[in-house]
Amino acid sequence: MYYRDGTVHGLKDVSIKIAANKITALIGPSGCGKTTFLRSLNRMNELKGATTKGEVLLDGKNIYDGKEDVIQLRKRVGMVFQQPNPFPMSIYDNVAYGPRIHGQRNKNLDAVVEESLKKAALWDEVNDRLGENALGFSGGQQQRLCIARALAVNPEVILFDEPCSALDPISTARIEELLKELKRDYTIVIVTHNMQQAARTSDFTAFFLMGELIEFGETKKIFERPKDKRTEDYITGRFG
Amino acid sequence: MNVKEKLVTAGLCTTALISLVILFIVVGYIFVNGIGAISLEFLLESPYRFEQGGIFPQIIGSLCLVAVCLLFAVPLGIASAIYLAEYAPDNVVTGSVRFFVGCLAGIPSIVIGLFGLVFLVYYLGFGISMLSGGLALGVMILPWTVRASEEAIKTVPQAYREASLALGATKLQTIRSVVLKSAYPGIITGVLLGVGKAIGETAVVLLTAGSGLESFLPRSVFDPVGSLPVYVYMLATQGHTSAAFAATFGASLVLIALFLSISVFALVLRNRYIKRMTGGRRG
Repeated sequence: MYYRDGTVHGLKDVSIKIAANKITALIGPSGCGKTTFLRSLNRMNELKGATTKGEVLLDGKNIYDGKEDVIQLRKRVGMVFQQPNPFPMSIYDNVAYGPRIHGQRNKNLDAVVEESLKKAALWDEVNDRLGENALGFSGGQQQRLCIARALAVNPEVILFDEPCSALDPISTARIEELLKELKRDYTIVIVTHNMQQAARTSDFTAFFLMGELIEFGETKKIFERPKDKRTEDYITGRFG
Repeated sequence: MNVKEKLVTAGLCTTALISLVILFIVVGYIFVNGIGAISLEFLLESPYRFEQGGIFPQIIGSLCLVAVCLLFAVPLGIASAIYLAEYAPDNVVTGSVRFFVGCLAGIPSIVIGLFGLVFLVYYLGFGISMLSGGLALGVMILPWTVRASEEAIKTVPQAYREASLALGATKLQTIRSVVLKSAYPGIITGVLLGVGKAIGETAVVLLTAGSGLESFLPRSVFDPVGSLPVYVYMLATQGHTSAAFAATFGASLVLIALFLSISVFALVLRNRYIKRMTGGRRG
């Protein structure tokens, strides 16, 4: 699959198979195209006016096929962003937002909200404060809220765009723990600037450089015996 | 440099105080001269031979005119703002639309009144009425509702839109459920500005809504209505007695009080929204 961003060729000739119920990390220096690639997986790059050539297959169907419904796609492929972006509403309304816009009735929402917050490891901290505005909570809590919000629509895949880069080490560790639990039920793709994080948490790693996929494979193999010199240079910190 | 800073602070403080003092002088003068005329009869009776009787139809008339004006200018303003901020491409055409809407703000109110007279009163046949007056006022305040709403919508962080779309919402759902809700405080401010301009507007109303000395209440939107500013104008230019003088200031006082009540109501509403959206504590 490759991707042309108007006059700028953002990504060229990328071909990856992302394994279900595993964590796939996308690493590489700034501007290498890893976030562009991530956002092409739920067609969020279309917001920036980008055009794509090629296919992204979800269960064998190309998500870029004109007939495919982008709304349904985004229900199946959720996203958590770099800066926590909870809506300026209560915790409850944030988590309930997804189900509500997809037409779920108000009476079933309590169960969905509770389950999502539990899966995001946030329920114990906020269950008595569901009506409080989300913006009054810490960064780590807000990010877990965003994860709960994404979980509430019952996706199959969750895309994480550097989810911990705006958080402190303790919150980061909690979210990394959370990712390992989540992969049991969801397929996870995570973009990260932090190589140690990729090495710690992921099962597969893809290394991007200047819009191209340089190497892709099992995380252990990539970090211990990289095949490409450029991968090795990046991992050992010679550039990045 | 400490002395310089102190001087600057003192200077700025003084200018603020001067503004406050001017406000108090104007309102104070009106209050002192008008309070004598205020009585239950004054507020609840109709005008009779100019300055006798009361101003009840004028109060109702002013409120009705503002209501019609808002019914026209607010939905149209918000809808236009949504289009300009969320859907319109960033090109010359869109820029021109914004420019022309802005130009509307520069048209003298007497000209808007003339437009109302020729187009609404005569051409469309609405006659001298609440409808003509309200619509003309709506046209007058439209640039303010559009501009304030557009600014408010643009201030909503893009992050909210992205989060909403990533959950599978359509653009319309995103605008309705997230963007507009966040933009309400700014929109309310714009509407309040419009209300202030409309409620005190004399030229437009004089030409389209009535002579100001109506002694009856409107039974439909097609009836002429009295209004406080025009009543004040009539009495000020044609009243000769001291009672007329008092009535003029009494009506002005009521007008100011009316506007202040609406402002307080709108600001309370606005602050409620802001509180609901930012939470009690900062993380």
